[in-house]
Amino acid sequence: MSAITPEVIAAHQLTAPEYEKIVSLLGREPTMTELGIFSVMWSEHCSYKSSRVHLKKLPTESKRVLQGPGENAGIIDIGDGIAIAFKIESHNHPSFIEPFQGAATGVGGILRDIFTMGARPIAVMDSIRFGKLDDEKTGPRNRRILEGVVSGIAHYGNCFGVPTVGGECVFEESYDGNPLVNVFALGVARHDEIFYGKASGIGNPVIYVGAKTGRDGIHGASMASAEFTEESKQKRPNVQVGDPFLEKLLLEACLEAMQTGAIVGIQDMGAAGLTSSTCEMGSRAGTGVEIDLQYVPQRETGMTPYEMMLSESQERMLLVAQSGREHEVFAVFKKWGLDAVQIGVVTGDGMLRVKDHGEVFAEIPNRALADEAPRYHRPYTKPLRLAPLQAPRVASKNLTADLKALLSSGDICSKQWVWQQYDYQVRTNTLAGPGSDAAIVRIKGTNISIAMALDGNGRYCALDPREGTKLIVAECCRNLSTMGALPIATTNNLNFGNPERPEIMAQIVESIEGLAEACRFFDVPVTGGNVSLYNETLGSPIFPTPVVGIVGTLETAPPIANVFGQAGLPVILLGGLGDADWKQLGGTQYAKVVLNSLWGTPPKLDMDYEKRVQATVRELVRDRAVESAHDIGDGGLAVALAESCFGPAGVGADITLDAELAPELLLFHEGPSRILLSTSSSERVFAAAGKNNVQALQIGVTLEARVAIRNRNEILIDSRVAELKDLWTNALEHLLRNLVLV
Amino acid sequence: MKVGIVVFPGSNCDHDAWYAISANLHQRAEFIWHESASLGDVDAVILPGGFSYGDYLRCGAIAKFSPVMRAVKNFAHDGGLVLGICNGFQVLTEAGLLPGALVRNANLKFVCRSVPLQIATVDSPFTHRAAPGERIHLPIAHGEGCYIADENTLDRLEAEDRVVLRYLDNPNGSLRDIAGILSAERNVMGMMPHPERAADPLVGSTDGLAILSSFLDVPVKAQALAS
Repeated sequence: MSAITPEVIAAHQLTAPEYEKIVSLLGREPTMTELGIFSVMWSEHCSYKSSRVHLKKLPTESKRVLQGPGENAGIIDIGDGIAIAFKIESHNHPSFIEPFQGAATGVGGILRDIFTMGARPIAVMDSIRFGKLDDEKTGPRNRRILEGVVSGIAHYGNCFGVPTVGGECVFEESYDGNPLVNVFALGVARHDEIFYGKASGIGNPVIYVGAKTGRDGIHGASMASAEFTEESKQKRPNVQVGDPFLEKLLLEACLEAMQTGAIVGIQDMGAAGLTSSTCEMGSRAGTGVEIDLQYVPQRETGMTPYEMMLSESQERMLLVAQSGREHEVFAVFKKWGLDAVQIGVVTGDGMLRVKDHGEVFAEIPNRALADEAPRYHRPYTKPLRLAPLQAPRVASKNLTADLKALLSSGDICSKQWVWQQYDYQVRTNTLAGPGSDAAIVRIKGTNISIAMALDGNGRYCALDPREGTKLIVAECCRNLSTMGALPIATTNNLNFGNPERPEIMAQIVESIEGLAEACRFFDVPVTGGNVSLYNETLGSPIFPTPVVGIVGTLETAPPIANVFGQAGLPVILLGGLGDADWKQLGGTQYAKVVLNSLWGTPPKLDMDYEKRVQATVRELVRDRAVESAHDIGDGGLAVALAESCFGPAGVGADITLDAELAPELLLFHEGPSRILLSTSSSERVFAAAGKNNVQALQIGVTLEARVAIRNRNEILIDSRVAELKDLWTNALEHLLRNLVLV
Repeated sequence: MKVGIVVFPGSNCDHDAWYAISANLHQRAEFIWHESASLGDVDAVILPGGFSYGDYLRCGAIAKFSPVMRAVKNFAHDGGLVLGICNGFQVLTEAGLLPGALVRNANLKFVCRSVPLQIATVDSPFTHRAAPGERIHLPIAHGEGCYIADENTLDRLEAEDRVVLRYLDNPNGSLRDIAGILSAERNVMGMMPHPERAADPLVGSTDGLAILSSFLDVPVKAQALAS
């Protein structure tokens, strides 16, 4: 056995004090296998050692929360004895090294997190961020990563048979060497069908099911906890290969096996594979787990215990069955043609004991691995800030041209090139799919539908991580409310740089505190999530990018349109024109696309006002008092108005405003708490707004084929709808194709 | 009427077909496992969409060897109604119950969207309740939906009025815009679009009932009953 030198410890990304803690916990030097096991369990990815002390600040409870953070996924009661399990997870680092498989296995991992709880996955969303597609130097690589990631998500989700119903896709220089791939999944179960990752019952058999173990992905969790360097390319073998067909079989077999009543606990083998599943299940139940690796199905020969314990081969699960009823479980897996083998037993000594052919290779208290990882109070100063506070002088030459530039920009243009590659309809539950303000999926056999959305905004958070994160939560809730759904719970994916840098750690702390404040205020407790740190390449960090996924419920009914459906209807701006100064324009899409700049502060959020606006729109949509509703977000009023015109009917609008604001601010500021409505019963809208004490301005009427915006007597925007729609629809394909040809 | 829905490992539109038939059209439907050598007492069979056996080789290439396919072949030879949707269409061509083949989409990408189609013949058990030349919109969701066959086969399909659905805006490069075809005896139909995804007003369309209500031989007024 090779000696554990300081170099070996460093190669496992453990610090000297961490190694000393291992020695003191064990009361002896670890074996190499044990060192490997500690290194993955104590990696940032698995242990949250830099963020854990701050994550405690998040609200995690409400009367609906059945399971908060700490399990494979959070669980929320939605009534009628039905629960939903949902979570988001990142696969940023693997997707940079190998975009297709990195993204595909990201989908696979989060799906297992859902069905291991006993919930059948019914929806996936993805939040993906890349460098700019049209950059002369990095553009070709960014386009290749985008193509790979999208086809990887499509490959896995489509074959598995889960609809990809929404998400976001953003392009920004800061993600050049570090794309973000965050995948959200949601499943549904009856309350009495929920399973947990607990190895209960001394003497119960520990059973391995699913794919065979190979050498793929060894040290994936540690890789995800380090910055990228030139050598990262050599890490390709660390990326796993996904098999969605096998996962589909695993899903059906697991859900069927759970029906037998013979399963006590179950957990997927995600990051750190056999290691994390064994010690976490033991730790949760306060038991020990003893396994013998000779029984583990293997697809390579000559694997060492170290390799088997650290393998991240996909599509594997660990379960504990009732002693004496194993055969019921084996029968189900046999039916589905899957391996199911007893590899060990639950013990009473609290130890993870790993043997191979009887010889002990590791013997560690489960709690030491799962719960006693180091927790760092990392020092933090003020958040890293590179952008100036002061605004430049802004004077548009042509506002209609500015609008066209925004509509054809990567962030705002239609993403149909992306989502048409996803099967967003399979399972025939998708009432509102990609392109909607929020996705809506019905639950058959009930009158309940689930609404969901993902939101992030690296620009806002680069300017102010705390306020930026609050704005994201407000926006995500608003997306749901606009569809008539009541937001009820949150999952989050915190993507940041290196936490060992105090100015990055400050971004993390401020963002988490902003998340906590907003989630508490909007009553959307956080039931789980993921932290992805070290998102830096060659010392250059990404924008701080928390992504939130919020879910809500509504009664099953045809969804509200986000687009105008008929001419001659009043257009009402719920929430009013909003207020903004030049500083607050700095984080907007206008600053990004038209001025290629970033400055100032994010838009100003009044959470109390926001809540009242959302209550108003929910009431109006539920009562069918509006014909269409569309949230104002990226690109401000002008972009939201244009988007409202891009329905199948091609109905436009004639808008007349009466404001003091400069036209650039009036049209393009991104102040929150605003929703664009068309209605045939204006009085009901005004009455509801009045009751909730929020502004509602009638700003114009819908009309055929044209979109025009005036302020007082000045014409700001005037264009044919078809021309704008054409730009918006085809922009992404043009960005990809034109440049490929050059 | 009782419909058997075949479940291969990797089928993922099996439940959707079941729901459309039982909840939207109020007929009986049951699943038939791929290892079953018998279809039981069903009156018609659906081969649903999905990725049978993972489809890592050619789509449907493994499924044709399954025990249930022998039963489906016998059923078809005896005149039983067989509807293959998406992956089911691919399986039917691989199994030799329908001519031609389905290959990778012309643009090499999976595509999911609603497409306009024309019902090219109503002289079939799958379309007899539709209006001649009726235009409908149905969702497609496939990576390998490009229908190909040699010229003689294509000519014969047309001469025998066996092209049952045509794309009006060809999304995948299919020869002669073919979206669905019939067997020579007209009792087996394969189609790439998904009628079961357009059988419920809540999910946006009931155009699929033109085909499903013909297939089940129930009145189209079942639309009104759709839940």
